[in-house]
Amino acid sequence: MKKILNGLAAIGFLLAGTAGAAVAAEEANHAAEPTHFPIHKPKEMDWTFAGPFGTFDKGQLQRGLKIYKEVCSACHSMNLVAFRTLEDLGYSEAQVKAFAAEYEVQDGPNGEGEMFTRKALPGDHFPSPFPNTAAAAAANGGAAPPDFSLIAKARGVERGFPTFVFDIFTMYASNGPDYIHALLTGYDEQPPAGMEIAEGTHYNPFFIAGKSLAMAKPLSDGQVTYEDGSPETVEQYSRDVAAFLMWAAEPHLEARKQTGFAVMIFLVLFAGLVYATKRRVWANVAH
Amino acid sequence: MSGGHSTYSPKTGIGRWIDARMPLPRLVHDSFVSYPVPRNLNYAYTFGGILSIMLVAQILTGVVLAMHYANDTTLAFQSVEKIMRDVNSGWLLRYMHSNGASFFFIAVYIHIMRGLYYGSYKAPRELLWILGCIIYLLMMATGFMGYVLPWGQMSFWGATVITGFFTAIPLVGEWVQQLLLGGFAVDNPTLNRFFALHYLLPFMIAGVVVLHVWALHVTGQTNPTGIEVKSKTDTVAFTPYATIKDGFAMVVFLAVFAYFIFYIPNFLGHPDNYIQADSLKTPAHIVPEWYYLPFYAILRAVTFNIGPIDSKLGGVLAMFGSIAVLFVVPWLDTSKVRSAVYRPWYKLFFWLFVINAIFLGWLGSRPAEGAYVIMSQLATLYYFAFFLVIMPVLGLIEPPRRLPNSITEAVLEKNKGGSAHPAGANAAPETRG
Repeated sequence: MKKILNGLAAIGFLLAGTAGAAVAAEEANHAAEPTHFPIHKPKEMDWTFAGPFGTFDKGQLQRGLKIYKEVCSACHSMNLVAFRTLEDLGYSEAQVKAFAAEYEVQDGPNGEGEMFTRKALPGDHFPSPFPNTAAAAAANGGAAPPDFSLIAKARGVERGFPTFVFDIFTMYASNGPDYIHALLTGYDEQPPAGMEIAEGTHYNPFFIAGKSLAMAKPLSDGQVTYEDGSPETVEQYSRDVAAFLMWAAEPHLEARKQTGFAVMIFLVLFAGLVYATKRRVWANVAH
Repeated sequence: MSGGHSTYSPKTGIGRWIDARMPLPRLVHDSFVSYPVPRNLNYAYTFGGILSIMLVAQILTGVVLAMHYANDTTLAFQSVEKIMRDVNSGWLLRYMHSNGASFFFIAVYIHIMRGLYYGSYKAPRELLWILGCIIYLLMMATGFMGYVLPWGQMSFWGATVITGFFTAIPLVGEWVQQLLLGGFAVDNPTLNRFFALHYLLPFMIAGVVVLHVWALHVTGQTNPTGIEVKSKTDTVAFTPYATIKDGFAMVVFLAVFAYFIFYIPNFLGHPDNYIQADSLKTPAHIVPEWYYLPFYAILRAVTFNIGPIDSKLGGVLAMFGSIAVLFVVPWLDTSKVRSAVYRPWYKLFFWLFVINAIFLGWLGSRPAEGAYVIMSQLATLYYFAFFLVIMPVLGLIEPPRRLPNSITEAVLEKNKGGSAHPAGANAAPETRG
């Protein structure tokens, strides 16, 4: 019977080996003209909001909001985020009110049955740059720019085996911000010789769904002025806007982690007490 | 429920009054206090209790979520985000519910594997096992429909793909699919009926759970030795012995559950489900929730026609067959020995089965191309061979190890030889009544 077992094991190893070799060969074929995206995996960045005690850096979120407002919001809506929530970024109620008032939103109908525009209030959401999706698509070469409310949770490059297993223990949950940062800083790479880039698209090896995308490089050094002395570089801009978008996608992240710590402490202590009781109850019963 | 003699004797006048009219306290006492359980149950046997609290947790969070959810394709996605952003502790409820589904499945998979390892399905517990299989089927339907409700991209396309399976059935397939969808494609009627059913099915699960527990209390639990209870020394009372052990396991399970909810709540989900459903944009890879992945791999493993059965129908049959085969396991296993502890070869094939099932899950998450297809086919082959070949044949040819005469003997043997349990040596079974 031992022989059968050894035979089975040998067959198993052989199969696994051939399969592995086949997968590797396939990967090699794709190097010249890739079919799996992104071409490069995003670099893992350090984020203040990562880990069990992560919190948002309010200064960074304010800078990120500035990038969104001055650059991204020209094309990208963020229609699930209300102005009132900007108080999370460290702004006062009055500041939020003033910030909202810089936007105009449509309201109505009024007593005469007419729609009208008015200054936005803290209870309003960020207005969209386009009246509807069709208009957004028409103005952007046929593809509407995605909404940014959830983008930091709606993008994530596959981590692959066995990394995704380690991610459980390292609490890695920054796929979205890492991807946004990688994409925004990835435009300067040149396509390899011989690769065809469709007209009107821009090569970016970090793009999740192809070798190039319709959006041109959106940020350049010095484009947005920072008042707090942070470097005005694409690298810094990308990190700030990625952090801001993480906040926009998960505004209760800090509360979640803080509650989590209390819950974990409780459960661990409670488990200890229940275990001690269990030992006591079973002390005189062999089992 | 226990089928034995009731030891319940009400002490107060009002207790006796109720007992003579509607003996619910007696039922509870007999089922959850004095009910005898084998003294040698290990932690693998605590998952039944864990599953009960997971079901309750899912129903409680689900009912509150339903109060805030808008059941309409134009509102569903936004209403879920409203729960996440504006409802007090809404993010917690929603993450509990979505991760709760995953942990419900983690628990049920361990529970099923426990049953397969210790031969819990063997006579006289066939109906108990089949009721469990029915619960599992209902769970799959509930989980699938729940995943559609947030109306994200994977919700929509998952629903499209899975309801599409039914079109493979000859003659009535199209009709069944349209009945499920309430139209020709996934749309508002689909969302409406899925929501109604997602709310209904958990209560049906609760109903079958009652039957499952009833059947359990008639036959009594199995135990790691697989030997039936023979005398009173083989058992301990459910309370406090099993209650406290189950309680400890529950708290540990909840701690792992909480770790996911609070630190990596989206680890088990798919990023695409944070994009609102769009019937014009197909995601690059449509994958179901992780707990269906092994079956998804089996579905896609059939890439060839078998006689009159084309590959599509073949895949669907293989997928449904992979679950249907569970129902007949009590009659596929020919072994006279119940527990894998005394079956060295079955033990080996069992663990290979577990590894193979996890491997199938991983394959289900890969695109169906190249070497993955061949690997899926081999893994599918082993999945079915385990039930249809290994189980019946091994039971006839495998020489089992020597069985102890009783649970008590097994326990005492283990404690005598083992330095691992120094406390057990001085504990005679007679010390408790």
